[in-house]
Amino acid sequence: MQVKEFKPLIVAFCCNWCSYAGADLAGNNRLNYPAEVKIIRVPCSCRVNPMFILRAFQRGADGVILCGCHPGDCHYTSGNYYTRRRMAMLFSMLDFLGIERERTRVEWVSAAEGAKFSAVMTDFAATVKALGENKRLEDLRCKK
Amino acid sequence: MQKVSQQQLIDKAVSLLADGTVSCVLGWTKGEFDYDITPALFTDEASLRQGFVWNDFCGANFSKYLVAKTRKCEGKILVFLKPCDTYSFNQLLTEHRFDREKVYAVGIPCEGMADIDKVKAICGDGISSIDCNGEKMAVQTIYEDAPVQVDASSVLAERCINCKSKKHVAYDELMGDEGDVIDSARFDEVAKLEAMTPDERFTFWQNELSRCIRCNACRDACPACTCEVCVFNNPKSGVENKSPANSFEEKMFHIIRAFHVAGRCTDCGECSRVCPQNIPLHLLNRKFIKDMNECYGEYQAGAEVGSRAPLVNYTTDDLEPGEVFNGRDSDA
Ligand code: SF4
Ligand code: SF4
Ligand code: FES
Repeated sequence: MQVKEFKPLIVAFCCNWCSYAGADLAGNNRLNYPAEVKIIRVPCSCRVNPMFILRAFQRGADGVILCGCHPGDCHYTSGNYYTRRRMAMLFSMLDFLGIERERTRVEWVSAAEGAKFSAVMTDFAATVKALGENKRLEDLRCKK
Repeated sequence: MQKVSQQQLIDKAVSLLADGTVSCVLGWTKGEFDYDITPALFTDEASLRQGFVWNDFCGANFSKYLVAKTRKCEGKILVFLKPCDTYSFNQLLTEHRFDREKVYAVGIPCEGMADIDKVKAICGDGISSIDCNGEKMAVQTIYEDAPVQVDASSVLAERCINCKSKKHVAYDELMGDEGDVIDSARFDEVAKLEAMTPDERFTFWQNELSRCIRCNACRDACPACTCEVCVFNNPKSGVENKSPANSFEEKMFHIIRAFHVAGRCTDCGECSRVCPQNIPLHLLNRKFIKDMNECYGEYQAGAEVGSRAPLVNYTTDDLEPGEVFNGRDSDA
């Protein structure tokens, strides 16, 4: 029997003004990033509340990454500063509950950083792949 | 035994009612048993003398009740606040949840509240009455002729063993001392968990959280949870009132509950007290408090009115989310 290769499902929340544009630039420049990465565009990184992250895991994500403008560059001035605190606390709590800390990440990617976007996604996908399937935050009812 | 007696509180309430300072009194009254004290609203002397109770089982934090009661009652409400209750009181004022003008707060000293489960562990079931007025607690069960004498210090609730402060941070009038902030070992349990491996932590929480029956008592009792419409009541949220379908929902409920009060939780311990399943919810709250203290500087919710909680604040050089793990064992 052939063992199917594990392909992680990755959800990337990208803010409209920087990171989503960064992803666009990566595309325009013909830079690859793994096909497992599914991008969800949000108005600002601080739009993402902890429930979004948990929901993504529930619906089958193996890793969740949140990308926003670099601190200081948020389109709404301070949104990503709140994101930074919020996610630091959330990630620490997930770790406290015994959930692998490599499954979540925050990266700042500007609209000019197509190459960074591609590199970040490639690296994150590889990390999550090495971790294997998300078992600790899975919802069996959502399994296909 | 409490420093201020039940009689003194009743007399105080009666005199404040009589001179018109207040029009009603928020107090404790006996429930089904001597130890399941419940909150009650008194409006006249007779009912106060008959029903008002103050003893080692008056754990209920009244601050939250003020949100609803100040809207209903004409005139001022008298409320008795233990030191830890005053923090919740301030926190609610910070969030503009009730009108300070409509409350007359009397600070009362607290010697710590008893945990009925600990009493039962010593005396067994079938408790018919408990007298907290003597040096020791006299527990009468239906099986014994004479009451069992229990040392109050041996049945102290967890939150009172780790009491963070005996200081009243808000009051109109004090009965007894203002009190002091005290050193407590309240983060020790959290640190112990942090020192475990992720697998051990996962197993620990799996064991604890799988007992949750989603009664929502932890949310209902919490003085920080005062939203009129809670996310857990929203049928569209997928996490509305219902028992958790699986371990994901358990974790989601608990992460979100704790997160919603992060930075606003005063560590009053009501959530753990009311949990019928004895889930150590305070560990989740304290984890957030400990992390915020370490990452963003010491902060005590409710210590003063108007202070800005860490999660609605920032500095431009905060640490990055990935950096919260720096210096911690990277055993993951
Ligand atoms: S009080 Fe306890 S059992 Fe009830 S919802 Fe909260 S944690 Fe679950
Ligand atoms: S979360 Fe628990 S300890 Fe914190 S304020 Fe609410 S009831 Fe009190
Ligand atoms: S708009 Fe990009 S982080 Fe706020």
